[in-house]
Amino acid sequence: MKIATISRDELTLKIFDLLAMIAPEADFDDLDPNVDMRDELDIDSFDFLNFLIDLNDEVGVEIPEADYGKLVSLNDLLDYLLARM
Amino acid sequence: MGNFVMPSLGADMEVGTLASWLVKVGDEVKRGAVIAEVETAKGLIEIEVFEDGVITDILVETDVEVPVGTVLAEIRPIGEPVAVEEVKPVPVSAEEAHPMDHRPLIKRTNGTAAVKRTNGRKSRKRIKASPVAQRLARELGIDLANVVGTGPNGVINKEDVEQAAQVKQPPVIEAPPPPQKPAVEKREFLVQKTDKADKVAVKAAEKAKAEKAALSMRQAIAAAMARSNRDIPHYYLETDIDMSAIQAWLAAENLKRSLRERLLPVVPLIKATALALAKVPVLNGFWLEDELQAQEAINIGFAIALRTGGLVTPALFNVDCKSVDEIMADLSDLIRRTRAGRLRSSELTDATVTLTSLGDMGVRKVYGVIYPPQVALVGFGKVMDRPWAVNGLLGVRPIMTATIAGDHRATDGRVGAQFLDELDKLLQAPEAL
Repeated sequence: MKIATISRDELTLKIFDLLAMIAPEADFDDLDPNVDMRDELDIDSFDFLNFLIDLNDEVGVEIPEADYGKLVSLNDLLDYLLARM
Repeated sequence: MGNFVMPSLGADMEVGTLASWLVKVGDEVKRGAVIAEVETAKGLIEIEVFEDGVITDILVETDVEVPVGTVLAEIRPIGEPVAVEEVKPVPVSAEEAHPMDHRPLIKRTNGTAAVKRTNGRKSRKRIKASPVAQRLARELGIDLANVVGTGPNGVINKEDVEQAAQVKQPPVIEAPPPPQKPAVEKREFLVQKTDKADKVAVKAAEKAKAEKAALSMRQAIAAAMARSNRDIPHYYLETDIDMSAIQAWLAAENLKRSLRERLLPVVPLIKATALALAKVPVLNGFWLEDELQAQEAINIGFAIALRTGGLVTPALFNVDCKSVDEIMADLSDLIRRTRAGRLRSSELTDATVTLTSLGDMGVRKVYGVIYPPQVALVGFGKVMDRPWAVNGLLGVRPIMTATIAGDHRATDGRVGAQFLDELDKLLQAPEAL
């Protein structure tokens, strides 16, 4: 399912919703969009894979494994997704 | 007549609370079926039955805490005639949750070490045991003549009895998980029945419950690890493994797969560990009754951290016989259920070795503490680009340090070295995984 028009803020909220299922204790208001997200939220490789599966269901972007390294911070992820949606 | 007892679900579990019965008197049960749920520090555990039969009596009500070994229900094996005038043990009610005096019948599960009966090694007349050990042995139905004392002058202590009890586990089975009922306590002072106040109370109750569970898990880990450090003379070995081949193989595999079918990097490591253990089987088993009892089934206890703190190492079964896809599916299921607190009793009792992967955290080496009665712990660190000499030339390769902590009572360093060598070879030929 492709979402034709979605703003950066809307996408951010969607991502937070998905991350909240993995890290229910996290306070996303305090998340610096430029820091290492997995490190900050303590997301291991299993959680990350599930997050990508959920994200694919939501926004229709299937991220290849080779691109994992480009997705360090929240801003990286937003840029990556918005360029492909 | 078989007895279904409160199992010990780990080296240090002493009591369990029966949360629910999934069968009633008269029900026929199949070996392996989940027939009860027990609340423990590791979550709500589904307890499997170890024989085919008919439930003839249920002796412990729900929400009653009883010691490990207490008979919870009686099962008449299929084919056995119904006994007339059978003397039944007194049912345990919520008011008096006492250990039963009669001795639980101990059955062995598949793939679990049989306790070797010692013949005449200990004189039946003179058994030295601490008062606590004697009481515990009575409660658990353990014959002290079969317990090896590790205390001063061979005196049997509490830990010895626990260890003896631990190997006498009911076996296990698979069944669909029953729905979990949310246990929510309402507070009495909550006069205003507003939704908000209710929610606050519910949250407070959940928080208190979570804190209690976290504390008891911490205490269980503390007891197991203290025992490990006290009783097990560990040796540690490490080796650096070139991960180029395995990484290239994994990248190619995952390129072929949809997101849902992708393998995590730890999956080939789990498989390689199992295959290496198959070649060095003395690292796969238990140290019990003063001897190594190597196990045929390779059930890898995989260390899974909980977000609330703490750690569970539930078993992936028969890993050496499974494909990487099957291992990935098992692992996903196991991680989800561990974090949801929905494990099965066999998963907590039947691991024959433990694997800890801390690579996600940027850790370079893992020095493991063995989970008794196992005899080895395999550790994996982070894969890091490091300088590496190949054929006289210096290059940069992705390198991972693999470690093994071995129980020196059971094996010597040479055995651990053989294991690491096999592991390295397997990871250089990933197609064979």
